[in-house]
Amino acid sequence: MAETSVNNGVNVDALLAAREVLKGAPQAAKFTWRASCKWKNGTHSVSKVQGFHGLGEEQKHKTEFSFEADHPEIFASEDLGATPVELVLVGLASCLTAGVAAVAQNRGIQLRSVEAKLEGSMDIQGILGIDSDVRNGYDDIKVTFNIDADASKKDIEALVAQSQKRSAVYDIVTNPTNVRVEVV
Amino acid sequence: MERTIEQFTTVVIGAGHAGLATSRCLSERSLDHVVLERGEIANSWRRERWDSLRLLTPNWQSKLPGHRYEGADPDGFMTMPEVIAFVSRFAVVSNAPVRTHTAVTAVRRIEEGYEVATSAGGFRCRTLVLASGACNLPSVPALRQAVPASIECVTALDYRNPAQLPDGGVLIVGASATGVQLADEIRRSGRHVTLSVGEHVRLPRTYRGRDILWWMDASGVWNQRYDEIDDLTRARSLPSPQLVGTPERTTLDLNALMTAGVEVVGRLSAIRNGRALFSGGLRNHFALADLKMDRLLDTFDDWARRNARDADVDAPERFEPTRVPASSRLDLDLTRGAIRSIVWATGFRPDYSWLDVPVVDHKGRLRHTGGVVDAPGLYAIGLPVLRRRKSTFIHGAEDDARDIVDHLAGYLAGAAVGSAAAP
Repeated sequence: MAETSVNNGVNVDALLAAREVLKGAPQAAKFTWRASCKWKNGTHSVSKVQGFHGLGEEQKHKTEFSFEADHPEIFASEDLGATPVELVLVGLASCLTAGVAAVAQNRGIQLRSVEAKLEGSMDIQGILGIDSDVRNGYDDIKVTFNIDADASKKDIEALVAQSQKRSAVYDIVTNPTNVRVEVV
Repeated sequence: MERTIEQFTTVVIGAGHAGLATSRCLSERSLDHVVLERGEIANSWRRERWDSLRLLTPNWQSKLPGHRYEGADPDGFMTMPEVIAFVSRFAVVSNAPVRTHTAVTAVRRIEEGYEVATSAGGFRCRTLVLASGACNLPSVPALRQAVPASIECVTALDYRNPAQLPDGGVLIVGASATGVQLADEIRRSGRHVTLSVGEHVRLPRTYRGRDILWWMDASGVWNQRYDEIDDLTRARSLPSPQLVGTPERTTLDLNALMTAGVEVVGRLSAIRNGRALFSGGLRNHFALADLKMDRLLDTFDDWARRNARDADVDAPERFEPTRVPASSRLDLDLTRGAIRSIVWATGFRPDYSWLDVPVVDHKGRLRHTGGVVDAPGLYAIGLPVLRRRKSTFIHGAEDDARDIVDHLAGYLAGAAVGSAAAP
C-alpha cells in the first residue's frame, strides 16, 4: 500500500497494475532476455544487450548497452574489463538493490541510501583443473547491505529478505538452471 | 440395477468435522438434508493419518456446534483415536443423517440444482455443500519423476510409522507441521534424516506461558476474515505451522531438529543424473520465517498491552534465530545408498475429479468467495482460510458452517443469488 509521501522513484502502482493484468494473460508474462558477445582478443570480449521479448512482442532498450569483460593482469590478461564472475556479482547486487527499492516503496518506507557490498569466494584450483573435487564457481557469496531508511532494523531486514524472495538473479544463482550451449 | 433417485433440499458431501458441523446448522434450521460419506464418519482421521499424530490444537480448543471436549486434560492434544471418538460422538449427539459407505462418483448441474451419483444410488438437491476435505491427494512436485528407482518414495498420506521405511538414510522434502513431525520421529528411529526446507512457518509451542494457539485465538488473529487479508491467495497456500501436539508441549522448530541431529538443507530444486540439488537460499528462508514469527509475537504483545492482559501471562520473550549451518549441503547423490527412501511432505490438495461443474481453476483450486462457490447453490467448507484463518481447524468449522448455512438458507428463500456472501 504505497504511501504517497514516500518516493523511492519506483512506480509501484504501475507494477501492481501490470501484475493484475498479467494474472489474466499468462502468455504475456513470458519473457526472453538476450545478450550477444563478441570475442576481441585474448580473454577480452564485449557483450551487448538491447532487444528482448515480452508482453507478447519484441521490445527494445532505449539504447544498446555494452559490457567489457576480461581477466586481470595476474592471469596474464590485459585487464580491459571486469572478470565475468564479477559481472555475476554485479547482476546479483543490482537485482537485489532494485528489489529493495520496489519493496520499500510498496511498504511505504522512504529510502535515503542503499549500499551493497558483495564478496564471492572461489578456489581457482577448480578452473585451473588442479583438483577435480573443487568446483569452478563460487563456493560462497556474501552480500552486505547498508541501508539508511525511515524504518526499524527489523523492517529493513524484512525488506532485504523480501527482495531476495522475489529476485530473479538470486534465484538463478541459488538454484540450478538448465543451460544449453550449441554451435551453429 | 435401476435405483430410485432420492431428493433432498441439501446434500453435504463428507462426514468429517466440517460436514457434520454444517449438518448440525442445517438441522437447527430444519433444512432437510443428507450427509454422504465415502467411508465411515471421520474417515480421513481414521485412514489417512500417521500413527503418532495428535491434533495441533489443545483439547480445550476442540469444539463443534453444541459439542466440546469435557475430559480431564484440557491442555493435552488428542490422539487420532480420540479425535475419531470426538467427531463420532458429535455425529451421534447431533443426530446427523449420515449415509456411510456412499462414495460420490459424479456431481452435475441440473435445472433445479445438482444431481449426485454415488456408489449407493443417486441424489438430487437444490443446494450442495462440499465438505470433502482439503487433503485428499498428496501434492508431489513433478521432479519426483527423476528419482532413481532404487529409492522408495512415500507420501505423507501413505506414511504410518518409521518401521515402514527401509533401513538407511531418509530424505524428507518439506518442513510444514508434517515434515518436521516426521523428521523428528524418523530421526528417533535411528535413521539419518536430511530435511529439505523451503518456505515455512515457524512457531513456538508456548509463548509467555500460554499455548501459541491460545494467543492466536485470544488476540483475534485466528478470527481474521478472508476479506480482511491482503494476499488471500498466499494465505490460503501457506504451509501448516511447524507445531506438534505432545504431552510435554515441546517446540519442534528447525533448531530443535538440528539439535536432534537432523541435517537441514535448502529447497529441493532439481534431481539431475541421480543427484538431488538443493537451493542455496536456505538462509533467506530462515530469515523470512524468523522475521514473520517475531512480527506475530509483536502482534500478541501489542494485544496483551492494549487489553491489559500483561499480568495474566509471563514476560515477553524472543527465541533464538534459526541457526544457519556453517555450510549446508547443495547436493546429495541418490544412487550411492546413503539415502534409501524419500518422504514427500510437500502438502496436499483436494480431489474434485468427480465434480462435473466448471468451478475449478487451472491450478485445481475451487473458485469460491468465502465458501460461496461460483455456481448457484453450491458451497464449500473446510478449506484453508475459507472464511477465517482458523477455517481448517476443528474449532474453525462452527463459525464457517453458520455463515455458509445462513447464505444457503437465504439462497433457498430467494433472497440471495450469485456470489457475494453476506457479512
